[in-house]
Amino acid sequence: MTNEHKGRRVTLHDMCLRDGMHAKREQIPLEKMVEIAGALDEAGMPMMQVTHGAGVGGNSLQHGFALASNEEYLSAVCAKVKRATVSVLLIPGLGTVKELHSAYDCGARSVHVATHCTEADTSPQHIAYARKLGMDTTGFLMMAHLNDPDGIAQQGKKMESYGAQTIYITDSAGYMLPDDVRARVHALRDVLNPETQIGFHGHHNIAMGVANSIAAIEAGAERIDAAAAGLGAGAGNTPMEVLVAVCRRLGIETGVDVWKIQDIAEDLVVPMMDFPIRVDRDALTLGYAGVYGSFLLWAKRAGEKYGVPARDILVELGRRKMIGGQEDMIEDTALTLARERGLLAA
Amino acid sequence: MKKIKCALIGSGNIGTDLIYKILRSPVLEPVWMVGIDPESEGLKRASSMGLKVTAEGVDGLLPHVRSDGIRIAFDATSAYVHAENSRKLNELGVMMIDLTPAAIGPLCVPPVNLREHAERQEMNVNMISCAGQATIPIVHAVSRIQSVAYAEIVASLASKSVGPGTRANLDEFTYTTSDALEKIGGARKGKALAVINPAEPPLIMRNTIQCLCDDEPDRVRITESIFSMIAEVQKYVPGYKLVNGPLFDGKRVAVFMQVAGLGDYLPTYAGNLDIMTAAACRTAEMFAQEILDGTITLTPAMPAALEEF
Repeated sequence: MTNEHKGRRVTLHDMCLRDGMHAKREQIPLEKMVEIAGALDEAGMPMMQVTHGAGVGGNSLQHGFALASNEEYLSAVCAKVKRATVSVLLIPGLGTVKELHSAYDCGARSVHVATHCTEADTSPQHIAYARKLGMDTTGFLMMAHLNDPDGIAQQGKKMESYGAQTIYITDSAGYMLPDDVRARVHALRDVLNPETQIGFHGHHNIAMGVANSIAAIEAGAERIDAAAAGLGAGAGNTPMEVLVAVCRRLGIETGVDVWKIQDIAEDLVVPMMDFPIRVDRDALTLGYAGVYGSFLLWAKRAGEKYGVPARDILVELGRRKMIGGQEDMIEDTALTLARERGLLAA
Repeated sequence: MKKIKCALIGSGNIGTDLIYKILRSPVLEPVWMVGIDPESEGLKRASSMGLKVTAEGVDGLLPHVRSDGIRIAFDATSAYVHAENSRKLNELGVMMIDLTPAAIGPLCVPPVNLREHAERQEMNVNMISCAGQATIPIVHAVSRIQSVAYAEIVASLASKSVGPGTRANLDEFTYTTSDALEKIGGARKGKALAVINPAEPPLIMRNTIQCLCDDEPDRVRITESIFSMIAEVQKYVPGYKLVNGPLFDGKRVAVFMQVAGLGDYLPTYAGNLDIMTAAACRTAEMFAQEILDGTITLTPAMPAALEEF
């Protein structure tokens, strides 16, 4: 087993300061973000994503307001980081090229342009603009379990045609199993140009983050997203310190220091968690029912407010086929359920 | 009764749906449809419905404007070509209803400010966006009672109802809608979000409107204002319906709307298409009525005025 991976090299991309913002209700203090970014850089992390959980343009009633502006976070992090590439997330329909340009001016040099896995054609403007700025540009297909391998391949090919240099399979619901990941990586590899890289972004809702990431690497993925201590939406992202250790055991080169990344997770990230990032029943429901990971905390809040269990809200959102970005439908669904159950006046 | 003759520019979803709306109008008559692809479904359908068609863009229409008596044109092409289309048609005295995000003319939301535009005899009015038409009336309903510091809207659209033009230019949609939430909605700051959902069967258009008031909202007066505004919009979009709210939470007012279409060209889930075409049609009707009554006269733009473009 070990030999087939020996000498493989993958580029790791830490998400704890962007996806982790979801788990912190966007409340990571500026100094904390800078401290962790500096430590990740020190540990040899080649890429890290920062700012609001929903990316550039994310500050809103829909997605919450962060403690600082994206520009403040980015400028401070970019001033601190010496080697790593700092990236941002841009979801078309939420973020715009104006905000991307502003992020670039603050030092961001890489971007995940993210669409739902069937809507790649909403991204040409943003991908082209990022390339024009000279940014390392990824097309990021979210909720990838909702499109079959051929469909993912077609969508990825579109993003490549707009200029994306890497295409990501994004398991936003933490729903996929290793075979699902392999099939999608193979399908992409078959259609993409040889120089276009493939990436995988996992969530740990059914505890498959590390296994899925390794399956992606085996199938040919060269970039993997994970987060120190797993700090991210739902039951978190693939835990970075575990992934780094597993890669080392398998002989996959990451360039990240096995001990330093553990220390970052343990000493810096875990102490700032508002609650343990683990597979609790609500996170498990996301992964089991295939619901968008960032819905979790909003559903818990709406559940408490209207007296409806978060799990019931999540299952209903899954049944109504809500996708990332539709956080407004959480309160709407909670209100409707509460009324149906006689908890609110009709 | 005499009707005002209209041309439709752009043979996509919006242009095609407009044919049905205009055919029902007591004061408008669809005469021409302009496209750029002779094989497009929109042009074929327009032709089968008795309209004259050209696949040579606006230039294919220009020689016929005077002879066919075209007075109003609807532009459902793209922000990039609208200015040129408008210049050429205004020059011939044709009034433009702009359904692109170009917004070179004043922004129009019928129940909020249509009458003002008709009184000023504007030669180009912009219909903002489907999300703008669905949400600005509600923001205005709040801001006419008390000041709104911030308005944020989320439009969820069925994937099948969003055409290639909107997809390729999503930022223009965002900018134009955000701007109109301020200018017409009356919020000091506006933010618009769009989500395209591919679920099957397609989901009906949803809009969530959230306003942050400067002071504690007056629940009774705001609720009353919102209900009366919904009734105004329902006059031209019967499927405009309140699902939840108004919800009052501190200084926040949240309203959850659904927009079902009439199912003319696309099925009823595409309320986004209907609210745009119905608003454009209502706008044209108001101008048409004034033209028929002789209260406004459309005059060709003077060649000297061209330099302004």
